[in-house]
Amino acid sequence: MTHELASYREVVESGLGYSHLIKRGEVVRIVDLEGNQAVDTLFYNAHDPSERYSAPDTILRQKNLYLTTGTQLISNEGNVLLTIVADTCGRHDTLGGACAAESNQVRYALDKRYMHNCRDSFLLELALHQPHMTKRDITSNINFFMNVPVTPEGGLKFDDGISGPGRYVELRAEMDVLILISNCPQLNNPCNAYNPTPVEVLVFPARPETGAH
Amino acid sequence: MQDHELHESLRGGQMWSRVLRRGQILSLIDVEGGATPAALFYNASQPLERYNFADTLKAQHTAKLTRGHVLYSDMGRVLCSIIEDSAGWHDTITGHMTREASRAKYGDGSFQKLRNDHYRDTRSNFLIELGKYGLGKRDIVPNVNFFAKVTPDEQGNLSWQPTHEAGRRVSLRAEMDVLVVLSNTPHPLDPFPHYAPKPLALSVRQGPLGVPLDDLCRTSCEQNGRGFQLTELYHLGAS
Repeated sequence: MTHELASYREVVESGLGYSHLIKRGEVVRIVDLEGNQAVDTLFYNAHDPSERYSAPDTILRQKNLYLTTGTQLISNEGNVLLTIVADTCGRHDTLGGACAAESNQVRYALDKRYMHNCRDSFLLELALHQPHMTKRDITSNINFFMNVPVTPEGGLKFDDGISGPGRYVELRAEMDVLILISNCPQLNNPCNAYNPTPVEVLVFPARPETGAH
Repeated sequence: MQDHELHESLRGGQMWSRVLRRGQILSLIDVEGGATPAALFYNASQPLERYNFADTLKAQHTAKLTRGHVLYSDMGRVLCSIIEDSAGWHDTITGHMTREASRAKYGDGSFQKLRNDHYRDTRSNFLIELGKYGLGKRDIVPNVNFFAKVTPDEQGNLSWQPTHEAGRRVSLRAEMDVLVVLSNTPHPLDPFPHYAPKPLALSVRQGPLGVPLDDLCRTSCEQNGRGFQLTELYHLGAS
């Protein structure tokens, strides 16, 4: 789909939270504008946010750790929230979670607490724009464009990204969903070359064959 | 002073919960081989602070849990340390079954037909136990599956590794007052087609307060050194 067909588009700078309603059948595209940016993302049933993206259920359904074209994003109720319908990056992570002031202290140094982080962006976005939701609703997320390989021996590595400028992922909503994004401001991790950059969110209208009945 | 130790047995399908006081040690024993208890952990005095599988894995650069690892909360603190383990691999990636998934796999094992041998599923067990503490569906996070081994290949495809060795044992030391919720129910990737979860034995005993500087879990990586330091600073403020 060319971007001219988008019914909505917005650039989200690094360090910002973002939330938006996506209707069933609509396709949301997230573009890694400058390359190797981590886009921490959660999804909820728009009508009942106690139904939400579940990393384990998504992994279980496809018996594979990584997200790419064809992956169905599964809710904690076992329903399909969205399907990844295009992916020019090739692999996305759902094990690494989001950075937080407190986990940064554990991972890097006690004096890192002041640094901006994804959980703060999630919390502020919910407080400002989704006030019915709280920290209880911030569960384990997807990191679009992040590469976190697991070895057969059970090791976990944070590898250099495999994304690049302009790469994107597209997801078709299979129900009305709320998307919650933190465009990651992490400055301690080489995964983004210590240079957090903007991403763009585009929404394409439902096609007749996939639209709501 | 005489040592006191609590011993309990859980049937296959049974759930359990308890607040472990700081320093108490919970041991789980896979009596017959093949038990895969699912577990959730919360700060007992502030349950909004809860187990976080992603923070646990990325801080320790591991995709499995075993002796020397700790369970991190989402607030950068250690909930429990794994101080003893004869299994070598505990899963925290593949979650648990809902009632619908359990029914689809095992059929309708209703109470009406089976009385107390009915087919209990992990999600329902979690909801029941959490409900006793005022917690619910929004508080269920990706859990630990003790004694379950699920390995990935280079492409990320997962394989269930069956283990039938009887008597495997894992011990967790509480590093703060921790609400532990257990569901002794089948693992979602266990291919056995019939509902037949194995029994689990558990014990709770009081250990010493305070974690030595040369403690295995504290020293297993530099991140854990900071994790323990942050947990001890938290106790300083809370006591």
